[in-house]
Amino acid sequence: MDDIRVVEGSEAVALAIKACRPHVISAFPISPQTHIVEGLAKMVADGDIDAEYVRVESEFSAASVLAGASAAGSRSYTASSSQGLLLMTEVLYASAGMRLPFVMTGVNRSISAPINIQVDHQDSMSLRDAGLIQFYVESVQEAYDMHLAAFKIAEDPNIMLPVMVCMDGWVLTHSYERVQFVDQQAVDDFLPPFAPEHYLDPAAPKTWGSYAESDVMMEFKYAIHKAMTDGKPRIREILRELSAMTGRDNNGLIETYRTDGADIILVALGSVTGTVKDAIDELRDAGRKVGLLKIRCYRPFPHEEIWQAVKDANVIAVMDASFSMGSEGSIGLDLKAKLFGRPQAPMVVDFVAGLGGREINARTIRRLVVRAEEIHRLGLVLPEAQWVNLDASIVS
Amino acid sequence: MTVKKETPKESLFVSGHRACHGCGMALGARHILEATGDDVIVVSPTGCLETFTSPYGFSPWRVPWIHHVFENAPAVASGVVAALRAQGRDHTRVVAIGGDGGTFDIGFGALSGMLERGDDVLYICVDNGAYMNTGGQRSAATPPWAATTTAPAGRQSMGKAEMKKDLPEIVAAHGIPYVATASIAYLGDLKKKVKKAMTFHGPRYIQIDTPCPSVWSFPSHLTLEIGRLGVNSGLVPLFEKENGTITATRKIKRKVPVSDYLDKQKRYRHLFDSEQGQFEIEKIQALADTNIEKYGLLSV
Repeated sequence: MDDIRVVEGSEAVALAIKACRPHVISAFPISPQTHIVEGLAKMVADGDIDAEYVRVESEFSAASVLAGASAAGSRSYTASSSQGLLLMTEVLYASAGMRLPFVMTGVNRSISAPINIQVDHQDSMSLRDAGLIQFYVESVQEAYDMHLAAFKIAEDPNIMLPVMVCMDGWVLTHSYERVQFVDQQAVDDFLPPFAPEHYLDPAAPKTWGSYAESDVMMEFKYAIHKAMTDGKPRIREILRELSAMTGRDNNGLIETYRTDGADIILVALGSVTGTVKDAIDELRDAGRKVGLLKIRCYRPFPHEEIWQAVKDANVIAVMDASFSMGSEGSIGLDLKAKLFGRPQAPMVVDFVAGLGGREINARTIRRLVVRAEEIHRLGLVLPEAQWVNLDASIVS
Repeated sequence: MTVKKETPKESLFVSGHRACHGCGMALGARHILEATGDDVIVVSPTGCLETFTSPYGFSPWRVPWIHHVFENAPAVASGVVAALRAQGRDHTRVVAIGGDGGTFDIGFGALSGMLERGDDVLYICVDNGAYMNTGGQRSAATPPWAATTTAPAGRQSMGKAEMKKDLPEIVAAHGIPYVATASIAYLGDLKKKVKKAMTFHGPRYIQIDTPCPSVWSFPSHLTLEIGRLGVNSGLVPLFEKENGTITATRKIKRKVPVSDYLDKQKRYRHLFDSEQGQFEIEKIQALADTNIEKYGLLSV
């Protein structure tokens, strides 16, 4: 447990995938995912990973290769970002429906137009309804850890769904961080080889991907939802096992930071939560009762944990880095849906911040807290999300 | 008491599917599997074959079969191949069987990628020349001057105004070891080609002409007859290409004029109603003659 090195975020992910011993890797390059798949390609070229690496002509085919490989009984992996994730969309819905448990890294980057390669969460959030389990990570270390857990969660016989570990492009993929690596034997003990009950086998021929009529379609869809919601205890359990292996606190579908006695709770996910924690320390020092709720597991949505963490607060300030055009930010929508109707639920104020890599610093967070306090104090019922740091001279 | 007739042991595509009466594709699928044997995994894109063989809870497939989405059968097949290799299941072969929509059009990028990578897949296109599953819309495989629902004949249209995409030649240009065309009208020839394709490794492609009584609009007992007329007119040239060289062609014993083929199908009926149509029939005859010349289809 003493393998500690400073590595680039992408390398940490590639090393986590290597430790999981995948059979099949397939990818198409897109910034800022490239260093992950280049790293894996080099490992395969050097014989450090015993995997088939399928170099495809599109992200659509990358995800499709995984579908075929997974159905044939092989542990499979891909990574993509932004437009690439959108191009995979159809394949991901079908793969969740066919219960193909591959793992992918969703390297977060904004969506065209305008074309922009900086981070926000519009890409992976657009896939939240596909039936993928989604995790969002704060740091390179957490990215490494969650990839180790991802296959175990995906392949759990009662879950059997694709898992996407989302990490912020550039901020995490291209920054160097101290990472503590887990010993290979420990990973092997934690993650046994993939041995699905059903796979494509001429000795036991089965028909996959049938045409379903209205008599069973709803039941198939409900089964995915049920695998997610009923899977929550199993995901918690696997994360506890992960914590026991890493010696780090990877517990829980959410993480709370200084929420005890907090009047205002910021809700965020991804790398910005590190900045938020620093800002909260300053605000707490200044006597403001502020805390953070970080969502680690976004699908299934951990509303039970969230309710326990926020029920005594006055106001929840959501930081959304993605937006459903014509409505609200993604997390804001989820929170409002799940808290509405609960007696004494705190007010939810939805802030949209950081699109296309727009900087979010401690000052942004302080202003957001002040604004949320003000909205609560005045009892304003805001029909629209608050877009943070918009340049009025451009939008007017 | 009725005795249920046992399905012959060797049949890997059994009765009970929901294809239309006289479907050329269903006939093709059964004979393809007779030639591949049972140690195969079959991948199909969305299309007629997928729809009529996979109503949930029923299946005529006696080999493992997977459908995922419309445009990705070649890539799914590549994934299966990679998994088999990683697992050391070297004896099992992968066969993709898809329609012309999934092959010529929406799956073309994935097909080209699979061919370029050299993946060990036998890709078979069961070509009925339009999107039959959705009611007969134009595809890149629709032959010129056939009427389809999206390129209909009309006061200012004689149907499809473009050529059929020459996919066998495009596929062959990827430098793959085996390309062949076949017809369900000549099942012995078809099975021989599938068997031969199975002796090669790497990507292989067979395009099978599968007449469709429903959309080509001919009586369903004429499927084989229409298939034969297509071949014997020269419109459907049957050949094999190994490593870029034509190694065999099926000779036409008695050449028939294209009008004998066209006038039995309602999709060409508009050509027989006007002077312009007669002119287009002559152009179709010229296409057949070009094929005959190019592939040397007439016995000397």
